[in-house]
Amino acid sequence: MLELAQSAFPQPMAGVTLAHYLVLSGAMFTLGLVGFITRRNLIIMFLCTELMFQAAGLALIAFSRYHLNLDGQTFVIFVLTVAAAEAAMALALVVLLFRRRESLSSEEWADLKG
Amino acid sequence: MLDTGHMLLTLASDAPAGAAPWWVMLIPALPMVGVVLCTLFAIMGVKSKLPAFATVGCLGLACVLAFAMLLGSDDAPGVVKAWQWFDISWGEGHGQTFSAIFGFYIDRLTILWMLFVTGLATLIGLYASEYMSHDQGQGYCRFFMAFNLFVFSMSCLVMGANMLMLYLGWEGVGLCSYLLIGYFYKKPSAVAAGKKAFIVNRIGDLGLALGVYLTFVHFGTIEYAELFASDQLQGYLTDAAHGHFEHIPAAAQMIPLLLMVGAFGKSAQLPLYVWLPDAMEGPTPVSALIHAATMVTAGVYLVARAYPLFQVSEYALPAVAWIGALTAFLAATIGMAQFDIKRIMAYSTVSQLGYMFAGLGVMTSIGAAAHVFTHAFFKALLFLCCGAVMHGFAGQLDLRKLSGVAKMKGWGIVGITMLIGCLNLVGFPVITSGYWSKDMILAEAFVRPSTGLVGWLLLITAGLTAYYTFRVFFRVFVGPVEYHPGEELHAHDDHAAGHGHSHDHGHAGYDHSHSPEPAHDSAHDEAHGHFHPHAPGWAINTVLVILAALTFVAIPLVALNHGGWVGEMVHGSTAHYEAAHAGGGSHGSVWLVGLDPHQVMYYISAVVGLAGIAVAWALHYRGRREAAHAPAAEAFKRVAGPLQRWAEHKWYVDELYDFLFRNPLWVLSQVFRYIDMLLVDGLVNTAGWLPSALGGRLRRGQHGLLQGYAGSMAGGLALFVVVVLLLVSRSA
Repeated sequence: MLELAQSAFPQPMAGVTLAHYLVLSGAMFTLGLVGFITRRNLIIMFLCTELMFQAAGLALIAFSRYHLNLDGQTFVIFVLTVAAAEAAMALALVVLLFRRRESLSSEEWADLKG
Repeated sequence: MLDTGHMLLTLASDAPAGAAPWWVMLIPALPMVGVVLCTLFAIMGVKSKLPAFATVGCLGLACVLAFAMLLGSDDAPGVVKAWQWFDISWGEGHGQTFSAIFGFYIDRLTILWMLFVTGLATLIGLYASEYMSHDQGQGYCRFFMAFNLFVFSMSCLVMGANMLMLYLGWEGVGLCSYLLIGYFYKKPSAVAAGKKAFIVNRIGDLGLALGVYLTFVHFGTIEYAELFASDQLQGYLTDAAHGHFEHIPAAAQMIPLLLMVGAFGKSAQLPLYVWLPDAMEGPTPVSALIHAATMVTAGVYLVARAYPLFQVSEYALPAVAWIGALTAFLAATIGMAQFDIKRIMAYSTVSQLGYMFAGLGVMTSIGAAAHVFTHAFFKALLFLCCGAVMHGFAGQLDLRKLSGVAKMKGWGIVGITMLIGCLNLVGFPVITSGYWSKDMILAEAFVRPSTGLVGWLLLITAGLTAYYTFRVFFRVFVGPVEYHPGEELHAHDDHAAGHGHSHDHGHAGYDHSHSPEPAHDSAHDEAHGHFHPHAPGWAINTVLVILAALTFVAIPLVALNHGGWVGEMVHGSTAHYEAAHAGGGSHGSVWLVGLDPHQVMYYISAVVGLAGIAVAWALHYRGRREAAHAPAAEAFKRVAGPLQRWAEHKWYVDELYDFLFRNPLWVLSQVFRYIDMLLVDGLVNTAGWLPSALGGRLRRGQHGLLQGYAGSMAGGLALFVVVVLLLVSRSA
């Protein structure tokens, strides 16, 4: 079973190790985080969170494949489902917020500051 | 010694006090009804004289009941219980149960006091209905409410069945006194006088409270009926009668000394007399009823009621005698140099109260009670006469600004009744009741060998009294007719319409001459032609005549057969004292100018009194052409020099008290104020300031920028990861 799964990778990818996946995942997460912190546009910030989500999902799948354990992939399916629902709601929120202030800047919303 | 035994037996046989009829409870209840009615009138906004007549009705009924009590009385004291007031037990032993009833102890002393308290309250209530008429409305209701409350408290004080009831009444009359002195509460001097009276009385009240407490601790009861019948007290009295004071515990001997402090506070004796002259800031009916006739005699009542307790102390009664005599003398000297006629009367009250205490101290409780009785009538009369003058001349009380009042139209009755009052105060021979009661005290003061100079002090005081009393009479009521109206003190009460309705009742003549302005602004400058003295109306005149008549009625009551009727009343009460008369055979050896003082004093005091009147006539009547200037008196003043000035400044006693007590207390209070401000407040404020400053710094972190929060989250997480990694690598 383990043999079968490992042999499923096409040969040209044989040099790709777990580390590559994790570096890619880390890079995606960092890009998302930096984007989230530096950008003010609510939609871009939302996209950045999606990017961080996918980075985490990629790491899960990589580990799942590495350990030959399907739990990680199952988990990612759930995350994608939740992310889809969350995306629908978040975009609706963004639309509502935009209607209130005619602007997408996150700085418009600081009413609870100390 | 046989007689001593007899006296003790009499007291003991009276001991199981009988039951008094239930309706005596109505005597304090009726004034309470008056309180409720006046409060209701105030709420309903009654603007008529209704509160006054409701008051007179209630008090009159109480007076009738007091007479009924007199008719129904027998020798034995009676107790009537309304309900059990206190019943606290903390053990089985003796003195471990404190119980007090809310009830009344009726003996002859009680009846004597209640007769003149309710009688005078009724009459003065009637007088006040006219006197206070400028304040009709809420102020009027307030006045009569406090007036009724006073009579209620005084009834509790006098009729109470135990010392706790007495204390209740004692505090109650103090409160009413405070309320009524400060009646014109917009006048700072009246407010200050009210506070002074209240605070000085607190000092005395502390003594009384401690005395009551010690009585309970020592005798295990404060019910009069049980206390005076207790074997313990009877044993002490036997020891005292034999002169074995060393057998009596010190605690028992302390009790009268403590009660004495209370009595001196309430009855304005040295050193606590300073509040009474200032109390004249209150309306005159109040001065007459509370601060002359009734409340200030509460101290005398206390000593008379607790007379057996006073006899068990070797020093209590001599101390009472000395304090009384010194107060009488000091107050008389001050009274001689004052110009405000109401204040002169106030000092004469202090002085006469001194007589009463001296009488108690030299063991003539009959004389003291007789003087309380006669003084109540004639001093109330004098005050009400002064009040009529004050009322009629727009608040003028300065004897240099008034003259010949008795000759003016409509003032005849005031003049005659004032003369009668003055003669009584002086003790004019034979035809005045004051003469008989004062003589009893004077004679006994010379009989008592232990009290030394007390008799002479009192005799000199009698002369001074005659002088200052007739100084007022000769200056104000006779002589050339002249008057300067005062600045009207019609401090309108809490109803804003005061000035408006003062025109309606036609009370003050000058109101009509220049109506748009409030009267007191210009009345002072008005020429005589525009100011019309407002002669007293029917209510004031009636009361004055009745009181003057009562001073004559009192003569047979106090004069005949060693104290007369009053003597009998005292005889059947706890104030009764006979042992010394019979037991101390020494008094026969005391002689005054070769004769028995009891006989010769009638003549000596008469001569002294007449001499005082003659001096007053010479200085203040003869050759006086105007109100302000009496040549003979001016000349005398120059001779007297600083003495006169010191007396005019009341011997600087107020200043001395300021220096000794008020100023140090003020300084101390300032010290504590700054300690409170800097130290205590400082600590509290620091405790508040620290978190607030910290919060001020921390709130900058809550900047409301989404990116900032995300950044700190990421930074925090990174830090956490780094720390965990470091720990893991360290432990590996």
